[in-house]
Amino acid sequence: MNYSSYIALIPLLPLAGFILLGIFGRKYFKSSSGIIGTGLLLVSTVLSLYTAYKYFFVDGKAGDTYQTITALKFTWLSFSENVSIDMGIILDPISVMMLVVVTFVSLMVHVFSLGYMKGEERFATYYAFLSLFTFSMLGLVVSSNLFQVYIFWELVGVSSYLLIGYYYDKPSAVAASKKAFVVTRFADLGFLIGILILAFYGKSLDIKTLMENLQSSELAAISAASFVGISALTWGLTLIFIGGAGKSAMFPLHIWLPDAMEGPTPVSALIHAATMVVAGVYLVARLFPLFALTHAALSIVTFVGIVSAFLAAIIACTQTDIKRVLAYSTMSQIGYMMFALGISGYGGESGLGYTASMFHLFTHAFFKSLLFLGAGVVIHFIHSNEIKDMGGLRKYLPITNLSFLIACFAIAGIPPFAGFFSKEEILLASYHSNKMVFAVALLTSGLTAFYMFRLYFSIFWNKNTVVNSHHGEGPVSMKLPLVILAFCSIFAGLIPFGEFVSSDGKALDSHFDPLFSIAPVLFGVVGILLAMWMYKKESNKPKQISNSLGGLYKVAYKKFYIDEIYVFITKKIIFNLIGRPAAWIDKNIVDGLMNGIANTTAAVSNWIKGVQSGKVQSYAIYFFGGIVALAIVFLYLWK
Amino acid sequence: MADIPISHILFVSTALFFIGMYGLFTRRNMITVLMSIEIILNSVNINFVVFNKYLYPDRLDGIFFTIFIITIAAAEAAVAIAIIINLYRSHRSIDVESAEEMKY
Repeated sequence: MNYSSYIALIPLLPLAGFILLGIFGRKYFKSSSGIIGTGLLLVSTVLSLYTAYKYFFVDGKAGDTYQTITALKFTWLSFSENVSIDMGIILDPISVMMLVVVTFVSLMVHVFSLGYMKGEERFATYYAFLSLFTFSMLGLVVSSNLFQVYIFWELVGVSSYLLIGYYYDKPSAVAASKKAFVVTRFADLGFLIGILILAFYGKSLDIKTLMENLQSSELAAISAASFVGISALTWGLTLIFIGGAGKSAMFPLHIWLPDAMEGPTPVSALIHAATMVVAGVYLVARLFPLFALTHAALSIVTFVGIVSAFLAAIIACTQTDIKRVLAYSTMSQIGYMMFALGISGYGGESGLGYTASMFHLFTHAFFKSLLFLGAGVVIHFIHSNEIKDMGGLRKYLPITNLSFLIACFAIAGIPPFAGFFSKEEILLASYHSNKMVFAVALLTSGLTAFYMFRLYFSIFWNKNTVVNSHHGEGPVSMKLPLVILAFCSIFAGLIPFGEFVSSDGKALDSHFDPLFSIAPVLFGVVGILLAMWMYKKESNKPKQISNSLGGLYKVAYKKFYIDEIYVFITKKIIFNLIGRPAAWIDKNIVDGLMNGIANTTAAVSNWIKGVQSGKVQSYAIYFFGGIVALAIVFLYLWK
Repeated sequence: MADIPISHILFVSTALFFIGMYGLFTRRNMITVLMSIEIILNSVNINFVVFNKYLYPDRLDGIFFTIFIITIAAAEAAVAIAIIINLYRSHRSIDVESAEEMKY
């Protein structure tokens, strides 16, 4: 069955939206641009849901294995017979799942923004950027070629940059967008080098061919070649992982994510929580058969994942800006997905971590975007991001209250909400492969419950704030996505995910075990109760506790001084030792050379310009003199 | 005819050429400059006719060239006079030095 006829429309419709709104939006569709963008995306969403249905239930399977289908492919740049940059669409379980997640969450955000961004000066531009982002993300997930992944990867980075810096008259937003771009760009350098290493040994850029080559014929070559004692395969995969870690805000490249919260809140929900930041996880999953070949690269993935998960959870407990709390919680959850991939094996039962990671990605997209949109409603209502300005909002915002609570339960892993099932699988997978990781992950899940409910109680309970706001929860367009996403956050976990997505395409039985889930749920409940005890009523308990923790609290509040370390390294070391000498050379030697050439030219022309006197007759004399001279040369000298 | 040596006629044409050249370089009145150019052209014409007559008496190539040069000289004079008239309109003068502003 041919998919190509309509599947290309899924990414192309948002692209059409971007071009239409980007060029004509501000002039012709000032108020209707939101509807146009949302409408186009709605069609995309319907198409991707249909694709998912068709793939998973009708013709994706051959025997008991889900196939990788190349729905569309054309060569864009051909370097040699085997190596070419193609533009293509492949369908396999994870790309189809991502299509659904991206279009669905993006649609929710589009609808939400209709209310949230209403009356903005650059409303059309905002929708144009959202469409650009959706296009790039969709292009990324269906890429059939490693270089296509890279192209869309950068496009995603650009649209993130544009949206973080949407309020470009705010210096902090401009700084944040620059930071996000520079940090992820720096990581992408690793990605690019990794691609080149893999393509050099795998003799192809096409993902499918590359993996086949590296798994069989070229495996010996890439494993034998080594640099500083580490094999080329490990180098390539590690460098690619650095790119993924940059986009997914993994330690120590996470510093851009909290600052990225300067963008409009729906953007945070879409990009910095649900879709773009999981691109790194998706990339590792996409190349997972290669990662499974080398233990070293997977260990790095595990280590980075678990450190990020734990560190971010601690930091999240101390932050006071609600969006920053959510940002660190995102980082922590993505850490979960990463280490789940890291501990996974390839194929069969050992591939549980892979399935769990994708499952968590799937459920996380729903409840995290719900949390951000809920935070958006709160910010819209109270015009502040700070926890201290909030409290007792449950009376004013009943729907938000309820949906936020559902999302908090989901992220805390309380049954029967979505997060419970996916987190459960991750913990189970880690229990089977690495007890140390399991212990930290368990502790982190307790911390997750604590900081999420700290946030919940501080916003909706605690003290009563006097609110003299003129509007309630906002228009229907803002409430509807909350309700839909809350619905998904409850029920998404019931999907038998292992049947559809697994490392080798064969169905994986659910490992749900009520006995095993006692410990994580207990940790979650303890976290919730602790948060309730501390934050439900206004009291000075939090202050006392933070005082008694002293230095530890301060270190966590300051985000472990990682930003400061970066500033120290860049400003003090790189700027002074590399930047300034380079600037000196540029200013004095490079510029000096150029200025010297220019000055010499000017001096010479100043000296000879008298020749052009404007006197026609003297020109004639020169002309005549020239002819006489030539005549002498040709007649007498040049014989 | 035959008793005038070719060198005499060539002397005349060379003299005409340098007279024209001198006028071209020294005159300030543009009409005179134009006349100098005509003199140079005529010296060339003489050369053509003479060489044709003395070296290839049975052929007419040199004479044709002369006729061409006379025709072109007429056209050139028309253009030159048009330039002079325009210069006069804009500068109220036909002195070559009055058009000196076209310099560095």
